[in-house]
Amino acid sequence: MAFKVIKPGLLTLVQDLGRHSYQHLGVTTGGPMDEMAFRWANALLDNDENDSQLEITFGMLTLEAQADTSIALCGADLGATLNGDSVIPWQTYAIKAGDVLAFQQPKNGLRAYLAVKWGFQIKPILGSVSTVVREKIGGLSGKGDKLQKGDMLAYIACSQHRQRMVPRLAIPNYNSEEIPMVLSYQAPTFSHLDQARFFGNHYAVSTESDRMGYRLQGQPIGGNKKGIISEGIAYGAIQIPNDGQPIVLLRDRQTIGGYPKMGCVTPYGGGLLSQKKPGDKVHFANWTIDQVERDRHLQIARVAQWR
Amino acid sequence: MNEQELKKPSFALVSDHACLLTFSDVIDEFTADYISRVNQALKTIDGIVDLVPSYTTLLVVFDMDHYDRFAIEKQIKEVIASISSSDFGQRDTCEVVIPVYYGAEVGPDIDDVAKHCGIQVDDVIRLHSSTRYRAYAVGFAPGYAFLGNTPDTLHIPRKETPRLKVIAGSVAIAERQTAVYPSTSPGGWQIIGRTPIQLVDWGSENLAIIEVGDTVKFEPISRDEFLAQGGSLDGF
Repeated sequence: MAFKVIKPGLLTLVQDLGRHSYQHLGVTTGGPMDEMAFRWANALLDNDENDSQLEITFGMLTLEAQADTSIALCGADLGATLNGDSVIPWQTYAIKAGDVLAFQQPKNGLRAYLAVKWGFQIKPILGSVSTVVREKIGGLSGKGDKLQKGDMLAYIACSQHRQRMVPRLAIPNYNSEEIPMVLSYQAPTFSHLDQARFFGNHYAVSTESDRMGYRLQGQPIGGNKKGIISEGIAYGAIQIPNDGQPIVLLRDRQTIGGYPKMGCVTPYGGGLLSQKKPGDKVHFANWTIDQVERDRHLQIARVAQWR
Repeated sequence: MNEQELKKPSFALVSDHACLLTFSDVIDEFTADYISRVNQALKTIDGIVDLVPSYTTLLVVFDMDHYDRFAIEKQIKEVIASISSSDFGQRDTCEVVIPVYYGAEVGPDIDDVAKHCGIQVDDVIRLHSSTRYRAYAVGFAPGYAFLGNTPDTLHIPRKETPRLKVIAGSVAIAERQTAVYPSTSPGGWQIIGRTPIQLVDWGSENLAIIEVGDTVKFEPISRDEFLAQGGSLDGF
């Protein structure tokens, strides 16, 4: 049994929590751009935390169900409808055979997550089904293809449904412009003035932003720096290339690189950033590692205890 | 070198779930040996999900949801303290031999390289294939290994404008490095030949045939051998 893809959308990708332990071979992790939205969608259905979902960027996707199941919708509000009736994110919906689920355009945020009970039945590559288009790996075909018209997304039929929703206080505010980050060991190579500019800037998200990295535009900082010897790049790394405009490296980032870094956005901050569209404004908030860790544990515990 | 002289790498948290060990600020064999040894030893620590070795550093990514970062930091430091330079010889790395069909038919930059270096094309081939290289880092694309160092005579900058399409298997040089493009991709290095073998096998657990720390040699083969081994003459 499956969802039949009537319209594939602009960029719809199969994702799980990512492909880990292969970065030393140059294979990036992939995984959901908005990790907490992904985690909540699986929690709503009492799925395994790593069960595969669809990451729907922008919208324009239409699916037709061939069997009964239960779905959860989290993340962005992309103007979704179920048989023509509006459905909102952060809750579950019962699906009957023949139902049509359609996504239009972003109303709030950019990426929606669609989970189905027990996940989609897809063969993993290197331990993960996460799709990385650039590396031609993962997804339905195993070769990194985004969703195509006519694709069949297999799932196990399920006639039971539980109506559940994410508690209001756990739903992020995608309109917030503040992106938490930590300064890291290379921050002292930037002058105090440049650091002040970095935190004072309101950056606009560039059109050249994707799952690999978000390019930001603001008052340039610390230009003309010499590169560093290429080193492993952590999730969220904020590179400052020669033009002084930050690039935040996200799920599909290259594994090594040689630009100096101001620090790292937190996984939560990276999720918020991922919901921004070109032209949206952001600014960075300086957090300590301890703050980041407390916040992370609180969020993960909230999902776990709510289950 | 005795144990007293083994300088401990610096430790820096990069985010809540990653730290960077920096072993040196210069690229050399000793540093690469040291990183290789530590990389091997850290694989035994539970909670470490990814280790990304590079020229002078080792990025350690850990699972912050199920493990305590202070405990992991302590274990990393203990493991490093237990390593002495006498362990360096015990690397279980291998020598990889890569057959290459050199020449302008599949290496469109080989004539320019010869001209730039003031030598004949045959000398380019001889110099490139008579050197044993070390894989200092893997990145840029899955299985893309940065190999060094090329002989001084072969040093040449990257191309001014990168090519939009470099065919899989292309063997290229730039600065003091050489590499094989595992998949067709854009690239700015100077292409001198092509290998018929696959560098990445998505079906295998090892995935890539070259890992950081491995020794790599290139072996010149003829056009006929290249074709017999399944090489493709696809153009650029």
